[in-house]
Amino acid sequence: MRLRIPFAMTTLAAGLLSAAHVNANSVDLTMYYPVSVGGALTDVVDNLVAEFESEHPDINVEAIYAGNYDDTRVRAMSAIEAGDTPQLSVLFSIDLYELIEQNAIVAFDDLVETDEEREWLNSFYPGLMENGQLDGKTYGIPFQRSTIVLFWNKDAFEAAGLDPETPPENWQEMADMATTVREASNGEQWGVMVPSTGYPYWMFQAFAFQNGHRLMSDDGTEVYFNDPAAIEALEYWVSLSTEHEAMPSGTIEWGTLRQNFLEQSTAMMWHTTGNLTAVRSDATFDFGVAMLPMSTQRGSPTGGGNFYIFEDTSEEEQRAAMTFIRWMTAPERAAAWSIETGYMGVSPAAYETDALQRYVEEFPPAAVARDQLEHGTAELSTYQGGRIRRALDNAVQAALTGQLSPEEALNQAQQEADSVLRRYAR
Amino acid sequence: MSFTDHRKMQLYGALLLLPAAILLATFAYLPTIATVVNSLFLPGFRGAPTQFVGLENYHVLFDDPTFWKVARNNLLYALGTIPTSIALALAMALFVNGKLRGRGFVRMAYFTPTILPMIAAANIWMFFYAPQIGLFNTLLGALGFSSVNWLGDPSVALGSVIVMSIWKEAGFFMIFYLAALQGIPPELKEASDLEGTSRWSFFWRVTFPLLMPTTLFVLINALINAVRVVDHLFILTKGGPNNATNLLLYYVYENAFSFFDRTMAATITVVILLVLAVVATLKFTVLDRRTHYQ
Repeated sequence: MRLRIPFAMTTLAAGLLSAAHVNANSVDLTMYYPVSVGGALTDVVDNLVAEFESEHPDINVEAIYAGNYDDTRVRAMSAIEAGDTPQLSVLFSIDLYELIEQNAIVAFDDLVETDEEREWLNSFYPGLMENGQLDGKTYGIPFQRSTIVLFWNKDAFEAAGLDPETPPENWQEMADMATTVREASNGEQWGVMVPSTGYPYWMFQAFAFQNGHRLMSDDGTEVYFNDPAAIEALEYWVSLSTEHEAMPSGTIEWGTLRQNFLEQSTAMMWHTTGNLTAVRSDATFDFGVAMLPMSTQRGSPTGGGNFYIFEDTSEEEQRAAMTFIRWMTAPERAAAWSIETGYMGVSPAAYETDALQRYVEEFPPAAVARDQLEHGTAELSTYQGGRIRRALDNAVQAALTGQLSPEEALNQAQQEADSVLRRYAR
Repeated sequence: MSFTDHRKMQLYGALLLLPAAILLATFAYLPTIATVVNSLFLPGFRGAPTQFVGLENYHVLFDDPTFWKVARNNLLYALGTIPTSIALALAMALFVNGKLRGRGFVRMAYFTPTILPMIAAANIWMFFYAPQIGLFNTLLGALGFSSVNWLGDPSVALGSVIVMSIWKEAGFFMIFYLAALQGIPPELKEASDLEGTSRWSFFWRVTFPLLMPTTLFVLINALINAVRVVDHLFILTKGGPNNATNLLLYYVYENAFSFFDRTMAATITVVILLVLAVVATLKFTVLDRRTHYQ
């Protein structure tokens, strides 16, 4: 409730302001948005909205914090079913197919009119646009976006006789360095941890892509889970604990991993760049951030949330929603958002702003996620995405806990996915 | 009583029932009927109309190995939590019903888990269970044992969830037993002391039978709770690893909101309702008759 008060007051202030102007053409917009990392991000959003409203007195935006990505999708979809469609929302970038299947969203290509607007549509990193596009049309505009990065503890590297400034470049090096740390600490410290609850499919996708393999087709109707390259990737992940004994066996908890790293019980972790600001403020040791190691190529899937505009709203409302989204994703705002959270600036122009340039100079890890984008791939997104991701999650966990071999597990997931996707593969 | 007076009384009675009837109809009966109806239809694909498919959804559900795994998990969960938490609750109640110093404090301490919100409790336990940095593994390490991946190892994950639930439930059930124990007339104890009855046989012959109505009440509550678990799974395991801790209601949630499969969610809900209805019938017909009420 505490967070709602300033928001209520800004709404009230905005209401009074617009009442004073008595603008007959004012448009009311409702937007749901998620927060899936710690921190007072709701305040940041509220301040941005208040600022927007003072610049655009004819548009009122009601921004409603709706929990994590899943909760926000549920809130937005229920509102639509109840006939109270929000005009826009920030939802998981990989919700695209579900939203299209429910005929819930409109393409930005159908909304843009001027050259300036078309230019804006092309101003984002192409890697971030991938999850928001289908059949050549753009449905999602990147907002709070991330990649997976490698955090390493420089003090632990030094204690183990490794060069503290050199993170692992490839799989072999990561396994070797992790083993070195583990042995040097007499089993007190783990070498590396990769989370396998919460979003196992996301981490697995990184391994597979580093091994030169993409898990799904561009149109979201097919997946390739049991390809030899994917099996090899899962075998490597499993080998970190079984063969190299540098990672704990069983699954590793997404939610407590950051704490594990901060308490130095592991020398390396894979995690979202969205944790960066939190790790920076709590770490009592010297740490670095690097791109993920490679097998045949570098790579990480992107993640996070996009702006969507909903069907079932008037043309005027859709135009107003687009004005708001354009304002929110403008370079200065994207830069400020990146500094406060650790999420990426969504366009090259954001990194050319003074603010972000200064920040990156002072704190170079802030640029790693952006640099890695060059090696990025779209996050796993298909029709029936929830079920498909769950099948892959289960396979990864079954392999990591030794219930099935990587090959058996991925064969099973592939079979499950094939039967779910059969009706979509036209 | 005249005829019109009689009618007036009837109307009066009906009006008294009306608020409860409306609430029940709106929030219990209508959703139940809607759920049953939903489970008999298959929504159209890409704008096609909804189709009546009879019991097909149930066939699909019963062919789903995950459903059976989840049902089995839930059965194990119920068997794991209910007897232990009831026995613990009774033991704690007997303990704090006696004369001991700081009785109020001990009672409060036992009751604390109950008043914690489930999500908060689960968050605390997630850090108890965390490998390396967690409380339990730190203790094990101090005693020289190797650490256990409490929530990440499929063979112990469900057990870990069960232990946490027992911790949460026992204190709650204790309150009912405590109230019942204080309602037992002290003369019984005095009389049996005169007869020289041992404490053991007094408990089994007098106290325990008198507590039967409470036990029954607690048992029903525990059973409902065992089917109702969903919140701590969000925090602790998300049903993993590999469905090792997935329980029925969480599976319903997953189907409805992660998979957008409202039909399957409705089908599972109906199955759960039927099972609970059978249990309730058993309770009213068998157990009730064997229970001694005062």
